[in-house]
Amino acid sequence: MIPLIYEMSKAGRRGVRLPDCTVPQTKAKIPAALRRATPAALPEVSELGVVRHFTNLSRLNFSVDTNFYPLGSCTMKYNPKVCETVARFDGFARLHPLLPQLRNGGMLTQGALRVLYETERMLAEVTGMAEMTMQPMAGANGELTGAMIVAAYHRRKGNRKKRFLIPDSAHGTNPATAAIAGFSVTTIPSNAKGVMDLAAFKQALGDDVAGVMLTSPNTLGLFERDVQTVCELVHKVDGLAYYDGANMNAFVGRVRPGDLGFDVVHLNLHKTFATPHGGGGPGAGAVGVKEPLRQFLPISRVIKRDDGTYALHYDEPHSIGYIAPFYGNFGVILRAYTYLRLLGAEGLREASATAVLNANYIKACLKDVFDFPYEGHCMHECVCSASRQEAHGVRALDIAKALLDRGFHAPTIYFPLIVHEALMIEPTETEAKETMDEFIAALREIARLAEEQPATLHAAPVTTPVGRLDEVEAARAMVLRV
Amino acid sequence: MNVPDGLLFTKEHEWVRLAGATAVMGISDHAQTALGDITYVDLPGVGKTVAQGGGVAVVESVKAASDVYAPVSGTVRAVNAALGDHPEIINQDPYGKGWLCELENVAPDAAGGLMTAAQYRSYLETL
Repeated sequence: MIPLIYEMSKAGRRGVRLPDCTVPQTKAKIPAALRRATPAALPEVSELGVVRHFTNLSRLNFSVDTNFYPLGSCTMKYNPKVCETVARFDGFARLHPLLPQLRNGGMLTQGALRVLYETERMLAEVTGMAEMTMQPMAGANGELTGAMIVAAYHRRKGNRKKRFLIPDSAHGTNPATAAIAGFSVTTIPSNAKGVMDLAAFKQALGDDVAGVMLTSPNTLGLFERDVQTVCELVHKVDGLAYYDGANMNAFVGRVRPGDLGFDVVHLNLHKTFATPHGGGGPGAGAVGVKEPLRQFLPISRVIKRDDGTYALHYDEPHSIGYIAPFYGNFGVILRAYTYLRLLGAEGLREASATAVLNANYIKACLKDVFDFPYEGHCMHECVCSASRQEAHGVRALDIAKALLDRGFHAPTIYFPLIVHEALMIEPTETEAKETMDEFIAALREIARLAEEQPATLHAAPVTTPVGRLDEVEAARAMVLRV
Repeated sequence: MNVPDGLLFTKEHEWVRLAGATAVMGISDHAQTALGDITYVDLPGVGKTVAQGGGVAVVESVKAASDVYAPVSGTVRAVNAALGDHPEIINQDPYGKGWLCELENVAPDAAGGLMTAAQYRSYLETL
């Protein structure tokens, strides 16, 4: 166990010795009530102590740069390092965000504006949309932008809409987004094949429906086959079809949501277009819309003028306004731009095909030892159930912990909610067959242990810096320290 | 799976004990088993009016957060405050000390559409 840096503190030990303050009046100008009566309780450690402490902490990190990370639904694929290099170019990294808003400042930021403009064009092509905004800061922020655009569309037409239809396999953010945008939610059940029940959808549809939110492939990793019919039906009641791009990794270069009939999409650049995520951000939730919804997009818009220069445009009277400060997470957008340029159309098509192939390979190699509740091919991820292992007292949680001992990040567990003891595996396109074979061998060994020595799995993990954590106690008796 | 006689059940695994115009409700043994260790319960305010099938509470476990639906319509008369500090009571005693709330102004024909213990047992076997 590595101690907290505060626990390493020794009175009087220090890394830096500051010179005496040469501004004697400073103290007098700060009101007494705001002055510190006792010194701040900072750890007193040497420079070497600090270096060792944080270096040792960093060595406990687990990331896609160190190990296989098949965390379903999260698309933890490898982010090419050249994208990091480009994001650190001085011309981008040292640019002040207010510069393009100053008089003639736009001419000093043409490169950055062009990156925003061209990323929008490329993603509009990938999704089959007329226009994009790069502003939303993350997936759920993109969802909210989309739902606000849907609301703005109905408001402008004078439509009285109340509900969103959302399948029961959806990410929790979908109903949350609809609720924050002012709508109620009608949940549509999945059928025995794991896709949205079309009959139930038809029954729930009515004139008060603002739209439908669909993730495709859905969270079971399955292609929603009736998606075109769903879009047509919702259009008949003047509702809009919203595409949650969480799983776009399976579609890029192969299927365009716009061609399927969707009116609004969001993409998680931090997933599908290989930018960093997993540490809580920063993300980027680009949103695309069909032509009739262009007027509602957030401001500012990046436009290309007739002389070929780029500028920010604010005069959009029907815009939903600002959804985030400035132009979104520019560094993330820049990485996605680099990734798109790096792969090109052919590379993107190959990436999505390999993502789907890898998930099906894992499914095929595991289906004799784990239950896969839905038959047929999956898309970019596969969901199995630990129900067979549960009969021996081994749960999805135990299997996930046992994988940690074998050097793999655990898959997503207990999601989607509609699968009992779910394990959701997403290998992504960036893994070699050898890595997946090692992972498959580990899961097969765990399945064997579940039958023969289940107790060993209950003890897992034993090789990690900390062993099995008491998740229940941690949630019930939360102790937060700042 | 424990399914006591005398209670009525919903397909969403809530139970209700009717006594005239009042009713006590909670989640079934099956529900607490499926959820696993419950870590948090969000109870309604006293006086809140709930409609049959509408959300009345939220229970959260390390696996998931789930809405609890009102088995019958009524007004919330009391909630089980002990669950605030000890949500695990639901796991230990789902039909007794782990009750969620008490409703009043329950309609006389409230039982319609609910399952008896025998019917709920058969229903569980189909899952």
